[in-house]
Amino acid sequence: MAVTHGVHPTIAVLERHLTLYRRLWQASVFSSFLLPVLFLLSIGIGVGSYVGRVQGVDYLSWIVPGVLASTAFQIAVGESTFSVLGDFKWVRAYHAMRATPVGPMDMVRGHLLYLVFRVTIAVVAFLVVVVFFGGLHSPWALVTPLVCALLTVSVAAPVTAFAATIDHDSYFSLVFRLVALPSTLFAGVFFPVEQLTPVFRPLAYASPLWHAVELCRAATLGAAPAWPVPAHAAYLLVWAAAGLFLAVRAFRRRLED
Amino acid sequence: MADQPLIYARGLVKRFGEFTAVNGIDLDVAPGEAFGFLGPNGAGKSSTMRMIGCVSTPTAGELRILGMDAVHDGPRIRARLGVCPQLDNLDPDLTVRENLVTYARYFGLSRAESRRRADELLEFVQLGDRAGGKVEPLSGGMKRRLTIARAMVNDPDLVLLDEPTTGLDPQARHLLWERLFRLKQRGTTLVLTTHYMDEAEQLCDRLVVMDGGRIVAEGSPRSLIETYSTAEVVELRFPGMPEVGPRYAAALEGVGKRVDPLPDRVLVYVDDGDAALAEIQRRGLEPTSVLVRRSTLEDVFLHLTGRTLVD
Repeated sequence: MAVTHGVHPTIAVLERHLTLYRRLWQASVFSSFLLPVLFLLSIGIGVGSYVGRVQGVDYLSWIVPGVLASTAFQIAVGESTFSVLGDFKWVRAYHAMRATPVGPMDMVRGHLLYLVFRVTIAVVAFLVVVVFFGGLHSPWALVTPLVCALLTVSVAAPVTAFAATIDHDSYFSLVFRLVALPSTLFAGVFFPVEQLTPVFRPLAYASPLWHAVELCRAATLGAAPAWPVPAHAAYLLVWAAAGLFLAVRAFRRRLED
Repeated sequence: MADQPLIYARGLVKRFGEFTAVNGIDLDVAPGEAFGFLGPNGAGKSSTMRMIGCVSTPTAGELRILGMDAVHDGPRIRARLGVCPQLDNLDPDLTVRENLVTYARYFGLSRAESRRRADELLEFVQLGDRAGGKVEPLSGGMKRRLTIARAMVNDPDLVLLDEPTTGLDPQARHLLWERLFRLKQRGTTLVLTTHYMDEAEQLCDRLVVMDGGRIVAEGSPRSLIETYSTAEVVELRFPGMPEVGPRYAAALEGVGKRVDPLPDRVLVYVDDGDAALAEIQRRGLEPTSVLVRRSTLEDVFLHLTGRTLVD
């Protein structure tokens, strides 16, 4: 028997995603690397020249952390929809893994680790660009990849659970239209949530994106976030833990029988 | 425990809601055996295979694979199984070789070992020249060979093949059979489902016929034919078929052990074809065509599971 226990099954699943990424990376270059920079140029500089200063800083510096977190958010949501459903329904890659020692927990963790990798390279690349625009004002900016990694798990895990539950990809338009787009527009990425009518503000507070934006903004500007840091982090952790639980349960159910 | 069966099942049941897919079966598969599940669609073959592969939990009964409990030791059992599923689930965006290496890593094999196994197995299934190519353009037979290579990547003690040659052309089937026969010669235990009788006769030392979730017959291909059929079958066509079929069937009564009138011909199950032909002539029956052939598993199968179309 040639079985050795050299690599953890979770890492083996991560490797599969990385191998696929090496084949298909070109497809996501625009959305992961170019789009954030275009936002920076068009809204940060273009719109910013009319806006002036927001909460005491120039508009470009103000939206940098927002674009940063929302890039992580977009990758986390986008990569947890069709590709997850596809690996159940069309490719049946999860069924292939199920026949090996790889379990549902390994499948979910491998997928999330892959997204953390994807997000990390995207946000680090963006940070490097931002440095040249003078958009970072504190060494705390170095922790923003960690915040984005946490945001990735807290968003990707529940979306992955959803993708593993449904049987038809048309449900994803619900996620994109009712969750992802409003979050991006109203969770403090482009303007402070205080601008929202008080009735709608709780919706922004409910979105994991707003908490990550607040943490990233505090880090890049060297200022205190809206809530205490542990409160923002705890909120993201709750989403991550609940999402992980739901995703593993959804995978187990889908692969049983 | 040398003679411990690789698969041991007693009273195995699988229910999906109200539907009973597997209705209390007993199995013993010995090391080195090539064992087949034969049966029409919906007989419970695939459900049984999925329970043996530890991806589906039995509703009731006892199931031990490689001496371990199928419910509690799933990951440890799966580490020693090779599975070739009915539906191909190769990664279409990876290369042929990457498919094998990626899969080998699921079993915890080192990178170097994974690559070595991949190259060795690609040679074995005659896909060495396609190693760097994508999976998508491969023919059905090539994909199936790749899936079988993938099932061998962990050097399994037991290989499960769910309808390995369904949908393949004759050349592809024969190449696959030849490769599977080599595995068998190496001592690998094979368990397969099929509804091709020739496949079962080619590959299986022993098989069970399933129908409606139960095992209705068990034995070697030869012993099943001896038990459930006769040595030879006489196929007769008469002018005016199918209307006159039942009348001729009645006239043929007693010529052999059993008469089976079909819409286009009448089958007479006999021990001696020549003697039967002489008797048919003596009775003054004049068929338009006569064929005497050896009994096959197909005769056993149709006798046991009926001629009604299942789906």
